[in-house]
Amino acid sequence: MKRIITLTVMNRPGVLNRITNLFSKRNYNIESISVGYSEQEGMSRITCVVHVDNDGVLEQITKQLNKQIDVIKVMDITEQSIVARELALIKVVSNSSTRNEIYSLIQPFRASVIDVSKDSLVIQLTGESDKVEAFIELIKPYGIKELARTGTTAFLRGTQKPSQAIKPYSIV
Amino acid sequence: MLQETAFTKMKAENEPISGAELMLEALKKEQVEVIFGYPGGAVLPIYDKLYDSKILHILPRHEQGGIHAAEGYSRVTGKPGVVIATSGPGATNIITGLADAMMDSLPLVVFTGQVATGVIGTDAFQEADILGITTPITKYNYQVRSIEDIPRIVKEAFYVATSGRPGPVLIDIPKDIAAGTANVPEEQEIVLPGYQPTVQPNYLQIRKLTEAVSRAKKPVILAGAGILFSEGYEELKQYAEQQSLPVVHTLLGLGGFPAEHPLFAGLAGMHGCYTANMALYECDLLINIGARFDDRLTGNLQHFAPNATVAHIDIDPAEIGKNVQTHIPVVADAKEALKQLISQEGKPPVHQEWLDTLNAWKKEYPYFYKEDDRLKPQKVMEMLYEKTKGEAIVVTDVGQHQMWAAQYYKFSKANRWVTSGGLGTMGFGLPASIGAQLASPESIVLSISGDGGFQMCTQELAVIREQNLPIKIIILNNSSLGMVRQWQEIFYESRFSHSKFSSQPDFVKLADAFGIKGYLIEDEAQAETIFNEVLTNNEPVLLDIRIDPDENVYPMIAPGKGHHEMVGVKP
Repeated sequence: MKRIITLTVMNRPGVLNRITNLFSKRNYNIESISVGYSEQEGMSRITCVVHVDNDGVLEQITKQLNKQIDVIKVMDITEQSIVARELALIKVVSNSSTRNEIYSLIQPFRASVIDVSKDSLVIQLTGESDKVEAFIELIKPYGIKELARTGTTAFLRGTQKPSQAIKPYSIV
Repeated sequence: MLQETAFTKMKAENEPISGAELMLEALKKEQVEVIFGYPGGAVLPIYDKLYDSKILHILPRHEQGGIHAAEGYSRVTGKPGVVIATSGPGATNIITGLADAMMDSLPLVVFTGQVATGVIGTDAFQEADILGITTPITKYNYQVRSIEDIPRIVKEAFYVATSGRPGPVLIDIPKDIAAGTANVPEEQEIVLPGYQPTVQPNYLQIRKLTEAVSRAKKPVILAGAGILFSEGYEELKQYAEQQSLPVVHTLLGLGGFPAEHPLFAGLAGMHGCYTANMALYECDLLINIGARFDDRLTGNLQHFAPNATVAHIDIDPAEIGKNVQTHIPVVADAKEALKQLISQEGKPPVHQEWLDTLNAWKKEYPYFYKEDDRLKPQKVMEMLYEKTKGEAIVVTDVGQHQMWAAQYYKFSKANRWVTSGGLGTMGFGLPASIGAQLASPESIVLSISGDGGFQMCTQELAVIREQNLPIKIIILNNSSLGMVRQWQEIFYESRFSHSKFSSQPDFVKLADAFGIKGYLIEDEAQAETIFNEVLTNNEPVLLDIRIDPDENVYPMIAPGKGHHEMVGVKP
């Protein structure tokens, strides 16, 4: 199953290496990881999308991440009310004959064209991974020249439904 | 004295001070008594300052020997072992020791030199990415980026290494940082918001455990090295006696509970005794205190303690539920948890039948070996135990001799057993005994190795001579890699692929070359005479003991089997 885990980490040298090292050392399957500064000075936020077989593995991932000295907080937010977004840049083959057609596909996805050349378009798309994937499938027949995705970044919505209290992994 | 006055003077005038001096000052603050180090280009500024220092410095003959010695020192004293190695090859030579200390939770503070800041990343002479290399095998590591950070980083490193679940911490110091000067920085507090080990147990879990104990018909305590690290041996004894709980030990836990105690059920695991393993198999309540359910202990997890409610007390939450499903998790320091458990009011225990069963097993299934005209390693261990009255510090290498030592040497006190458990590092024994003897100069230190492992760090004999350490080096010589040979015999149809030495050095002459008296022992009578002569004197000695080369370690749980499938439990 796919889980979204967010980490708050101290912005110290080598911290990303510690996290990715842990994933490979413990043989965890990671789909994407995105990192950037957070609202607190000296802290970064990491969003990992992982694939796990069962809750036991997920619990281990969470605990092992928590054990890292530079990691302040670990949350599995998959089941929560969250906002999750990913950005994709797609360079698509396009000439005057297909340009309009592609534009019509872009509109419902609220994507935008950020670069145009004689034989290609660069499309920028943000959204949840499902949406990005659906769009990529749709646009594939036109010929994708280049594709870059940021991986999911996510956090909790301001308001949570009461029934969706965060699943505690701490056993302290 | 020289350095101390110089430092005080500098501090008073707030004159700049070098990174190396800051480092040594910080070590003094941590009351470091001994450093195991090997100089080299990148650590020359540090060594120049060490020249005037009062801290004892031990120069191993290989960095690996140095770090294993630090592990031995740490295991006996409970204090962190301090190591210095130079950049590049010096640093990569300590990798095995770091991994070993990480697996067995030994506190170490390791300093490595690094090429100057300006050339890091250019593949400079003797450069290695030691942070990258050691991240997975250290509890934490640092590279010092500014001289002023040194006091804080050293302080933090000692705190991290020794608190919570102990482990090795590495500090990488570029040469220009060690050589450069800065004003003495103000003392900084340790701020590690992401590292707050839970020491006190959760009260509700303690209640749950207490109730489980009062209900249990077949309870057993599995005590690991957590007992030793938390110094909870007295509390363990008190609690076991209060609740009449039988105790089994992991390999690394040995000594945490007195071996001659009527409640002691023995060593559990692959080569543990019948009683201990069957106690784990049959129990209805398993109380794991400070052990990590290693696979060499549990055997096949599907058959592990199948009917038991599992309680697990561990200071590292990640160990709880990692291998074995746990019903009563207690994240705490072992000693603190035991104190809480002792103070609980529980119903008096009602499991005399269970204790009787264990005692009957103990009588029926003791360790055994067949005696014939060849010298048996088990016999040697029994003799060593008797001759040293069970008071020696026993340091082992890895393999058959390690298991025989664990089976036949009965530890009445803690911190007398030094062995490489998790990583199973051959070559560990001889250097580790150096650290053990330095840690406890008055004790008899038995350094027991096989002829294979002994040859992995033989060079450290020079240190034993140089430091005049009265270590009793015992080589159980079967001219083979005994444990490998045993597995090949059992699981690979006796195809002894590269496990038998066709040529061996003359160990007695080898000892002689290092200025150490050596003896060849080929039978029991010789052993008797020579043990009497050398075991208690104040000189190092090497005993090349020719044991029966065909002897195997039993009982045994074959890989993939459960505790109830032990073989070799009876003659």
